[in-house]
Amino acid sequence: MMAAVIFVISVAALMQFFVSYCRSLIAASARRALSVDVQDVIGIRQSASGEDFARVMQFLHLCPDRREDRNGVKAIGAYFRLLGAVGTTMGKLIPSLRAWTESERSQCAYFAAVALDRRIAHNRDMFAEQMSA
Amino acid sequence: MVCSLFRGPLRRYFTLNLYMAMSVLVNAGRYIIFTRHGLMSSEYIYFYYYSDAILTICLYFALMGLYAIVFEELGVTMRLRVFMMLLLIGTTLFSYSVVHQSESRMLTHYIVEISQNLYFVGLVLTYVLWAALLKLRESRVRVIQIVLSLGMYFSINAASYALRNAYPNLRFVWGYLPVAAGVFLPIAWIYAFMKFDDEARLAPGRLAAVPR
Repeated sequence: MMAAVIFVISVAALMQFFVSYCRSLIAASARRALSVDVQDVIGIRQSASGEDFARVMQFLHLCPDRREDRNGVKAIGAYFRLLGAVGTTMGKLIPSLRAWTESERSQCAYFAAVALDRRIAHNRDMFAEQMSA
Repeated sequence: MVCSLFRGPLRRYFTLNLYMAMSVLVNAGRYIIFTRHGLMSSEYIYFYYYSDAILTICLYFALMGLYAIVFEELGVTMRLRVFMMLLLIGTTLFSYSVVHQSESRMLTHYIVEISQNLYFVGLVLTYVLWAALLKLRESRVRVIQIVLSLGMYFSINAASYALRNAYPNLRFVWGYLPVAAGVFLPIAWIYAFMKFDDEARLAPGRLAAVPR
C-alpha cells in the first residue's frame, strides 16, 4: 500500500519536475532572436507554431550537431511528444488545456529554431577556422 | 567537478562536487568488485545497494547546499541543516522499524525499503525547495536547473524502488530506471554549469507547470 502511494506521488512529481525543467530550457532560449538566414530557411519570423516543430527538427538533423545542444534538444523533443499526447487525449475535455499545450508546442518549435540557428553559426565558425588554417 | 572548477564556483557548489567525487569513488569500487566477483555475486549486490544508500545520503548534503544557496539571504541555513539531519535519522529508523518484523530477508528487504524511503524523502525535500524557489521568485537559471534535475532524479528512483517493492517481477522496468536517472543527473548538471554562468537569469513565472 505504502509503495503504491509512493509510486503515484513520485510519478506525479516527476511529471511536474520534467515540465518545469523543459520550460526552463525553453525560457533560456526564448529571448534570443533568430538570424535572418534561419528565418528565411524555416519561415519563422518572431513566433512559431506547433506544426513547425517537425520541419525545424528535420533541418536540425541535417546540420552537424553540437554536443552542448544534444541533450536539450532530446529533452524538448520528449516534452513536445508529451504535450501532443496530453493535448489530443485530454484537450477535448478541457479546452483551456488544449490551448496551453498548443502554446507550449509553439515554444518548443522556437527552441528548436534557436538550436538550429546556433548549429549553423557554429558550423560557419568551424568552416571559417578551417579555411583560415 | 571539472566543469565547476573551470567555470568558477567550486566552493559555492561544494556539496554537489562532494557528491560527484563520492559517485566516482563508488563507481570505481563497484567496478573492482564486479570484475573480481561478477555481476550476480552477493558481494556485488550488497556493495551496490549499500553504496547506493550512502550516495543518497551524500545527495542529501547536496540538497542542504542548495537550500543554503537559496536561503542564504534569510539566515535560516543552520536550522534547515539540523531539520534535514533529524529527518535523515528519522527515515533510517522508520525503515528499520518497518522491516523489523520480516527478519528472514532482513538485509535485502531493509536496503530496498530504506532506499525507497530515502529517495522519497529526498523527493519531498526537493519539492519543498522547488516551491520555495517559486515563492521567493528565484531567477538564477543554474540553481533552477540543478534543483529540477535533482527532483527528477529523486522521483525516478523513488518510483522505481516503490515499483520494485510492489511488483518484484517487473525487473525489466525497475531495473533500468535508476540507471537512466544516474546517467541523466550528471549530464543535466554539466549542462547547467557549461551553458549558464552563475548570474544568468530568467523569469520565474515561466517555470511553473501551471501558468501563473
